[in-house]
Amino acid sequence: MESRNTRIALSVWVAVVLAFLYIPILLICLYAFNRSNVESWPIPGLTTKWFSPAIHDPDMQQALWLSLKAGALSTAVALVLGSAAAFGVHRFRFFGREAVSFLLVLPIALPGIITGMALNSYFTFWKINFGLWTIVIGHATFCVVVVYNNVIARLRRVPGSLTEASMDLGADGWQTFRHVTFPTISTALISGGLLAFALSFDEVIVTTFTAGAQNTLPIWIFGQIRLGQSLPQVNVVVFLILAVTIVPVALAQRLTRESGILRTEE
Amino acid sequence: MAERLDRAQGLGGNRAGARRRLGGALWRRPRLKGASLLSPPVLAFVLVYVAALVALFVSSLWTVDSFTGLTIHSWTLDNFRELWHGAAYHTVAVRTILIAAAVTVTDAIIAFPFAYFMARLAGPRLRAVLFVLVLLPLWASYLARVYAWQLILNSDGLLNWSLGKLGLPAANLAYTNTAMWIVFSYIWLPFMILPVYAALERIPHSYIEASRDLGAKSGRTLRSVILPLALPGIVAGSIFTFSLTLGDYITPVLVGGTSSQFIGNVVYDSVNGAGNLPFGAAFAVVPVLVMGAYLLVARRLGAFEAL
Amino acid sequence: MTKRMWALVAILAVGLAFPAAGVTKSSGGTLNMIAWEGYTQAQWVKPFEKSTGCTVHAKYAGSSDEMVTLMRSGGGSQYDMVSASGDASLRLIYGKDVQAIDPTKIPDFKNFGKTFQSPPNNTVGGKHYGISLQWGPNTLLYNTKKVSPAPTSWAAIYSPKYKGKVTVPDNPIQIADAALYLMKTQPSLGIKDPYELNSTQFNATINLLKKQKPLIKKYWATAGQEISDFKNGNVVIGASWPYQTNTLVADKAPVKDLVPKEGATGWLDTWMVSSHTKNLDCAMKWLSWISTPKVQAQQAIFFGETPVNSKACAIMDKLSKGSCAQYHANAPLKYFKQIHFWKTPIADCGNGQKNCMDYTKWQSAWTALKG
Repeated sequence: MESRNTRIALSVWVAVVLAFLYIPILLICLYAFNRSNVESWPIPGLTTKWFSPAIHDPDMQQALWLSLKAGALSTAVALVLGSAAAFGVHRFRFFGREAVSFLLVLPIALPGIITGMALNSYFTFWKINFGLWTIVIGHATFCVVVVYNNVIARLRRVPGSLTEASMDLGADGWQTFRHVTFPTISTALISGGLLAFALSFDEVIVTTFTAGAQNTLPIWIFGQIRLGQSLPQVNVVVFLILAVTIVPVALAQRLTRESGILRTEE
Repeated sequence: MAERLDRAQGLGGNRAGARRRLGGALWRRPRLKGASLLSPPVLAFVLVYVAALVALFVSSLWTVDSFTGLTIHSWTLDNFRELWHGAAYHTVAVRTILIAAAVTVTDAIIAFPFAYFMARLAGPRLRAVLFVLVLLPLWASYLARVYAWQLILNSDGLLNWSLGKLGLPAANLAYTNTAMWIVFSYIWLPFMILPVYAALERIPHSYIEASRDLGAKSGRTLRSVILPLALPGIVAGSIFTFSLTLGDYITPVLVGGTSSQFIGNVVYDSVNGAGNLPFGAAFAVVPVLVMGAYLLVARRLGAFEAL
Repeated sequence: MTKRMWALVAILAVGLAFPAAGVTKSSGGTLNMIAWEGYTQAQWVKPFEKSTGCTVHAKYAGSSDEMVTLMRSGGGSQYDMVSASGDASLRLIYGKDVQAIDPTKIPDFKNFGKTFQSPPNNTVGGKHYGISLQWGPNTLLYNTKKVSPAPTSWAAIYSPKYKGKVTVPDNPIQIADAALYLMKTQPSLGIKDPYELNSTQFNATINLLKKQKPLIKKYWATAGQEISDFKNGNVVIGASWPYQTNTLVADKAPVKDLVPKEGATGWLDTWMVSSHTKNLDCAMKWLSWISTPKVQAQQAIFFGETPVNSKACAIMDKLSKGSCAQYHANAPLKYFKQIHFWKTPIADCGNGQKNCMDYTKWQSAWTALKG
């Protein structure tokens, strides 16, 4: 195993990186309690007066709701298309298999502004009104690959013999899927879906081009940053979202760990 | 036996029979099944995403009338000619690519020891905690995090305040390319840690033991066994960090200085400001070519398997 | 498959069922607006929504260019109204993006100052494409503790005294500010109008901006950014809007602004109605509402600009003592002439030679300047 010094050095490194990751986030949380509406260091005083107006701001509520809908729908689209693609690519060797992977990776590999511009003029050309569904299409492009990657990585780890055994025991395709395949990939679907949702929920660049008049939450936040008059309200919202998401993120992590079926290498 | 299984499941024999026949047909014809699985995602991508991209790049061969703002649909290389001759555009492109590369290298250096600790030293409980801690920042708005960096880097910000308390001279980082480098490295770090961690976790312990048994010191094991096996993960992470930086235009606006334009800013200004989509599309060809080359290299290094 | 996992799946499914219901909800009586920061404050939007039943959705745009693009996005059907400045309004009128309205339906129209009833930037061929709203100057803002003596001229942002502590807007129309300065300080260039520059005048202006660049800390992109920069010591002097001054003064920051002796560029904003709106009724109600003396006064004080409704002055003083005089609502004409209002630079600048630099050139010069 690694020497004692290596272990200490690595632990220190991890602590430093965590500080790097979390100092800005602690600042966000701290300034949710800022007494002044213009943010500056050091913080002039603490108050909870921003919580109520932030939570009751109808613009924020609509934006949050739209973001939740867009996130849920893009994740759903991504789960269906992403896992279908993963199964197709995993099971069947065919010419152009690599091309499919390449195609799905493109939206995340190409800059978001290009996806945004391209979809914007494409929707305009087809006279499609911008709104929830154009946002969903824009987000789904890069969410699919997240699910795809998670599922295909899982499928590679699952021995094909499991499926064959199920069929040999007389189960039909659906039963095999329901009792064997789905349980093995379910945690991959959860972690992929959660990441896809997170990406959609926080997306700004593609959304700028594919949203209509309604704001998603990140676009509302950008509006507040532009205005510069009620920034603590943004901090309150981000603070609350973090507080709420810790639970599902931690839960998903536990679920992923519990599925012992996959730990074939240990 | 199969019938009994169906009954035990409480399913109607008829429906199950039909399903079974379909399932059987698909099982016997893997190509058919493969096609039926692949065609929805591939068709959706080709009809929406790829078609939109192609249309965008076709439009880069058009121009816009400066008075009416209408697109002139005649083929010309004017946009590319202007890009080729405009020194400012070269500067912007080179700056964007260099900073994206710097961010990628920085994140790889920060992420590798962290992921190594997570994958090989941390116990299951600590590993789970670290995993959540890496993922959680993705839920704190990107914009809010960039803005928080402003509070740190401002002339009278947290950083200079702390330096002052320590009796050190102030760092003049607000609105510089250095600030962009720091903030980008910060924002995209989780996207590097996760794939590197996944790659490291997959290395069988026996490989490392074998290396040790063959007399390799830990440095040698790191270089000859662990790094090569982790490389696909690092390359996979670099696709994220590199492309996300390459295409950003918001961080340069929020934390960049007077000479900090990115390709994305020029593209955004020409599309949303000047209403000149063709010119924006022409400039957008640059990051596409860069990423295309990058992906080809990444594929050779096996990054697609590790994404 | 644990029970917990099924619960998670169920939650997801329920979550997905809701949006499907949400899509069908009709959006009748909603006004989607493109506005400058601070133009759709709850202070006057809330009472409007309450009394008319029309809902307001605002999207902030950072420049006139962005406003034009947004108004045209999706075939022009996305937005109902826009608070366009003079450098956007004509583009929108000639682009047929906005429609003519009947000003006699706006009760307060008769109380507008004569200059503002039919200004050339929103009235074409006797037709009124929207109604004037407010106007004001782009001011010189400075930190009273760090800048002394108090500046009186735009020279302050072109001199190296405050190197690295200067800020100006990130907007091609900023070229006009430099041209205005040259118009007063280098009469030999013969600049008559800062928006009508031939190539010699234009190059001289760009050269001035190039010399200014090393002095600049940040070309500010949003009002919020400039507010934060003055507050956090990144800059001490710069070109600004009164909105930033008001916000900073309310936060007790040591700042002051002025219109320097050379005069200033400025804006005259017009609320315009999209040609494609489905809510003309609500839009007309908004025009009536926004031009009432009280709302005019509220917005004037909030943003720091001058209302076009001459009856607003008395209410301004009631809301905030002395504000009518402070924002020149009582003495518009003389003050008005000091300000060179934003307009779109075009090649045909009225000298019969069509040799002026058009806005496309302004934009690419600005991009090249930032480099």
